[in-house]
Amino acid sequence: MNIEVKDLYYTYPAGVKALLGVSLTIKTGEQVAIVGQNGSGKTTLVKHLNGLLQPTSGSVLIGDWDTKKVSVAKMARRVGYVFQNPDEQLFCRTVGEEIAFGPRNFGFDAQKTESMVNDALQLVELSDKKDTNPYDLSSTWRKMVALASIISMDTECVILDEPTTGQDAANVARIAHVVSELQKRGKTVITITHDIDFCAENFERVIALSKGQVLLDGPAGIVLGKEKILAQTYVDPPQLTRLGKRLGLRKTVRNQEEFLTAIKKLIL
Amino acid sequence: MNIVNLTQVTYTYPLTDKPALSKVDLQVKEGEFLAIIGPNGSGKSTLCYALAGFVPHFFKGELEGTVQVAGVETKSSTLNEWVMNVGLVFQNPFNQISGAKYSVYEEIAFGLENMGVPREEIKSRVDQALILTGIDDLADRSPYSLSGGQQQRVALTSILVMQPKVLVLDEPTSQMDPVGTREVFGVIRSLTGRGMTVVMVEHKMEWIGQFADRVVGLYDGKIFINGKPREVLTSARLVGRGFGISRYTSTAREAVKEGIWPKDRELPVTLDEAIKGFKKISK
Repeated sequence: MNIEVKDLYYTYPAGVKALLGVSLTIKTGEQVAIVGQNGSGKTTLVKHLNGLLQPTSGSVLIGDWDTKKVSVAKMARRVGYVFQNPDEQLFCRTVGEEIAFGPRNFGFDAQKTESMVNDALQLVELSDKKDTNPYDLSSTWRKMVALASIISMDTECVILDEPTTGQDAANVARIAHVVSELQKRGKTVITITHDIDFCAENFERVIALSKGQVLLDGPAGIVLGKEKILAQTYVDPPQLTRLGKRLGLRKTVRNQEEFLTAIKKLIL
Repeated sequence: MNIVNLTQVTYTYPLTDKPALSKVDLQVKEGEFLAIIGPNGSGKSTLCYALAGFVPHFFKGELEGTVQVAGVETKSSTLNEWVMNVGLVFQNPFNQISGAKYSVYEEIAFGLENMGVPREEIKSRVDQALILTGIDDLADRSPYSLSGGQQQRVALTSILVMQPKVLVLDEPTSQMDPVGTREVFGVIRSLTGRGMTVVMVEHKMEWIGQFADRVVGLYDGKIFINGKPREVLTSARLVGRGFGISRYTSTAREAVKEGIWPKDRELPVTLDEAIKGFKKISK
């Protein structure tokens, strides 16, 4: 199921022009991070992918579904959306019910629903909290409940809006684990993030937006090295990428392992 | 002079057994920029609420010990009096924005209106604050039409404009791009230069390392570590406990293990320190 965005323009009712001709294709199973300054159109773009917003002009295709012709309810079968703030999406009395809501709504039978719920709970390390009220959990764990409630719907594409905001190092690692597990399952994962180190360490393709247009789109190892162009949309390359450049490493390094390997070569 | 004084503060939220803060002693000097770090659930937000008087006035629950700001104790004050001295910028700007105002400009003026500040003074203070935080171009927009990072700037500005003696910020840059983050740290540094006291919860270690005067690490509701940014942020005690650690620090620590960074050399927190350190190695 490819995602095809063609010459997408979007103007908010109040007149703010948020997208000015965005075109891109995301293939099945790709892991894509969308970066860019505040107000660059990141959230507006991804809200088009599940039909929450409709193009002012241009089109968005999710597989063979045109978002203009398919209801938001139906779109939910193909694209799951984890909101930035979990409190905007949680409403059930227990964690288990919250996570069962999606699959049950899709009409899956009790047995299938249960197996999907258990799988999602296990993935986010919440198996022992099935009967807990989500609001008795910390906001960190509510984030994981929100994540699980989308995973349990088993959609081909999962969108994560700023998944690491306000999360500590241990939880960022948990979220990274979920992303890699979804990748193994062949899911398409699209994330919006300002956490450029998280982006560098977990995503293969990076799209940088600036003022409603695509500024850069390509493999993370190339895009994240383009410090001057990224600066136009207020994105700093990852910490170790910057350090590598300053030290004169020729290759764009993205993580600790790549950095140390390159440094060792430089010394020897 | 200490403007903030916490003595043996233990606080337990209603309907819970385990204290969110446990025997916390903390002093903050006037004009100091104190950063608070710690894993999720360590008590950082609760500490903010205690400083801002929301604990005990809003959240109720059980508060032992004393929280004093400028010589006055929270318990013997009301929330209305307290907001004149201590301003709190919430973690989620959505919780802060009043919902009662149609434009950013009015939103920023809201607090001053409530304080009964004269109209002309409100105008000049709002104008100045908008420029200080670089959101004058958003003045006519609806607060709800803004991106998360822009909303955070509005939330910050709406508190700054009230000129609190002590500014408490709970992850004020979590949804901001790096330029926004840099500007916020810059603004805060300049305010402390003019005597404002700042207590900021933050996960971005590189920025804390550059700007803060002191860092306190919370763990399990207790003060776990307290000292100069460099000492705290490079401390081995933070490892494996869910504390955020600068990539520069953790990579240099790994380089020590691999024998390429000398054991006795200080670990870096910021980019400049990392450049210096790794340059010495590669020469």
